[in-house]
Amino acid sequence: MTVLDHPAAQTWPPDAHAPRRDPAPLLPDAEPVRVLGTKALAEADPELLRELYRRLVVGRRYNQQATTLTKQGSLAVYPSSTGQEACQIAAATALRATDWLFPSYRDTLAVVSRGVDPLEALTLLRGNAHSGYDPYEHRIAPLSTPLATQAPHAVGLAHAARLRGEDTVALALVGDGGTSEGDFHEALNFAGVLNAPVVFLVQNNGYAISVPLSKQSAAPTLAHKAVGYGIHGRLVDGNDAVAVHSVLSDAVAHARSGKGPVLVEAITYRLEAHTNADDAGRYRTPDEVAGWQQRDPLPLMERHLREAGVLGDAEVEQAAAEAEALADRMRAMFHVKPELDPLSLFTHVYAEPTPQLREQAAQLAAELAADAEAGAR
Amino acid sequence: MTTLAPQAAPASTATMAQALNTALRDSLREDPTVHILGEDVGTLGGVFRITDGLAAEFGADRCLDTPLAEAGILGTAVGMAMYGLRPVVEMQFDAFAYPAFEQLVSHVARMRNRTAGRMPLPITIRIPYGGGIGGVEHHSDSSEAYYAHTPGLHVVTPGTVGDAYGLLRSAIASDDPVVFLEPKRLYWSKADWTPDAPVPALGKAVVRRPLTPGSGDTATLLTYGPSLPVCLEAAEAARAEGWDLSVVDLRSLVPFDDETVCAAVRATGRAVVVHESQGFAGVGAEIAARVSERCFHHLAAPVLRVTGFDIPYPPPMLERHHLPSVDRILDAVARLQWEQ
Ligand SMILES: Cc1ncc(C[n+]2csc(CCOP(=O)(O)OP(=O)(O)O)c2C)c(N)n1
Repeated sequence: MTVLDHPAAQTWPPDAHAPRRDPAPLLPDAEPVRVLGTKALAEADPELLRELYRRLVVGRRYNQQATTLTKQGSLAVYPSSTGQEACQIAAATALRATDWLFPSYRDTLAVVSRGVDPLEALTLLRGNAHSGYDPYEHRIAPLSTPLATQAPHAVGLAHAARLRGEDTVALALVGDGGTSEGDFHEALNFAGVLNAPVVFLVQNNGYAISVPLSKQSAAPTLAHKAVGYGIHGRLVDGNDAVAVHSVLSDAVAHARSGKGPVLVEAITYRLEAHTNADDAGRYRTPDEVAGWQQRDPLPLMERHLREAGVLGDAEVEQAAAEAEALADRMRAMFHVKPELDPLSLFTHVYAEPTPQLREQAAQLAAELAADAEAGAR
Repeated sequence: MTTLAPQAAPASTATMAQALNTALRDSLREDPTVHILGEDVGTLGGVFRITDGLAAEFGADRCLDTPLAEAGILGTAVGMAMYGLRPVVEMQFDAFAYPAFEQLVSHVARMRNRTAGRMPLPITIRIPYGGGIGGVEHHSDSSEAYYAHTPGLHVVTPGTVGDAYGLLRSAIASDDPVVFLEPKRLYWSKADWTPDAPVPALGKAVVRRPLTPGSGDTATLLTYGPSLPVCLEAAEAARAEGWDLSVVDLRSLVPFDDETVCAAVRATGRAVVVHESQGFAGVGAEIAARVSERCFHHLAAPVLRVTGFDIPYPPPMLERHHLPSVDRILDAVARLQWEQ
């Protein structure tokens, strides 16, 4: 029995004024859950392990290529998730196609892992549109920039799905800094009260831009925040792809079966700066970064899977080739300059443009025509 | 206001960011009740480096890295101000100030009024605002109308390096809450900066470009913050058309300087209000109405507005189509010449 299927979780609804939930089963484990380097690895499905490895390798290459594209000026900005790939791919692999993902601006890799085309996933950061993909086609909300504001949406969507009789789960991704926002707390509270089938994954990468976790929160762990809202908290090693996948899958199953929401804190590290525009040297030491490089999720996984005899040179080479192919494709995609229609500015402000917007569109059209004429002359 | 003269020796030229940094440093040095708080303002010195070096010089309590929660930051500042401190709050970007809107409109703006004057709140809320820097969604909003519409708040925005220093000094010295809007696309603009230039009082507009005597006084451009350089450029370009444009830099939206504005408009009889935020129900509408009410008999044409479109701020690759341009301003000036 894991903490997640403790009987106290199932007493619902509670009596007024009675203790609503027994806090003990809500508490996270004292240590982050790990699988790599433990006996549990032997029980894991080798196919799954190879799949997770493959996705890690491809994900790392994706992060590198996107950062290179910012240097070449083809992407306006990129908040890299290098070092956090295990969390990103688990966000995708723990969900069913019918579930929903609510990503933050750092979670493009999770979005791509869920099947969105890299170009579409990066349109916001490239600067040509606010959201490149169709949220309903992929069941992914637009990347959210205002922090934690997507968390209540996840609760509402999960609640609505439950009302419709569906077993859809919503997964909201939040950073450690984002857990300080009011929206995050309101989302946890609503999730608890509604018993909504929602999972919150906090990627605790140690910093909110420059502010370390010690200045962000005095909580014992971020997973403990769950308890005050009557929901389950789980703590996992965010650099152990197998552990993240397993804990998140359990949490999703828990939510799906009606046992309530779960908050998972994954302890990880952002190996790169906040974005390509940030200077991380101002707030952290090379030693600290080097320490975390020792726990880089990618070599960690490769070493343990090789030791376990699950992974050989052939698989490693195949994953590398796949990663290179993705990088090639990204370069080719970004090589082509997007053709944007300035008049699209007015097309989706309202279902029907207001008379004022029609007027403004006509004004812009006339300006563009005049420019074109001047250019032709 | 000689007491507010800068104490730090400034470089002969400075960026707006450096002028703001100096204003904060001078205020911290001079008044021990001044405290800065916000996201990343400490070690990092802010994402725009406006608080660079202040935590090192004055300590982490005077320049506090807060948890990431705008309502919490501003609400905490309210309590600090209630108890004798003078908080200067940094909101990281325009659109990230919205979580603090509740604190701003429900408490900051009306505490003096709610307490019959017994509990004034001398809080300065610095907000980098506006577009033109290629920022992605939620990094380019012009939110001045929300603030200007809220009674109890001063709303100021510098358009020059010197004003950035002076207005911020005056804002921090004010016994009322001031929303201090920093045009982020001007952060890196440079100018000669004379440290002993007079510090502008809040509520005073300035004629940034006077009319050239005898050259045909064509129209008055009324503008502020990020649009000031665009208007000055338009005025330069207008010479080629044989037009002479004066440019008024409002600096302060609340209080509003009717006197300077109306004097400048009466001199030409024609006015264009220019701002990059959406036009509908924007600050420009208020200005146009005030000018019409006060200068009607002097006007040869209706007051026109050149503003951003009434759309959510566009993605970077399209923002140039949204922002008021020199051409759009000159087109408006041309429309004003209908009777000539
Ligand atoms: C409401 C809000 N306030 C401020 C910001 C500016 N901002 C962007 S990212 C960031 C730090 C976020 O840290 P964290 O939540 O830990 O996520 P991470 O960047 O580490 O993934 C800040 C302050 C924002 N995007 N939204």
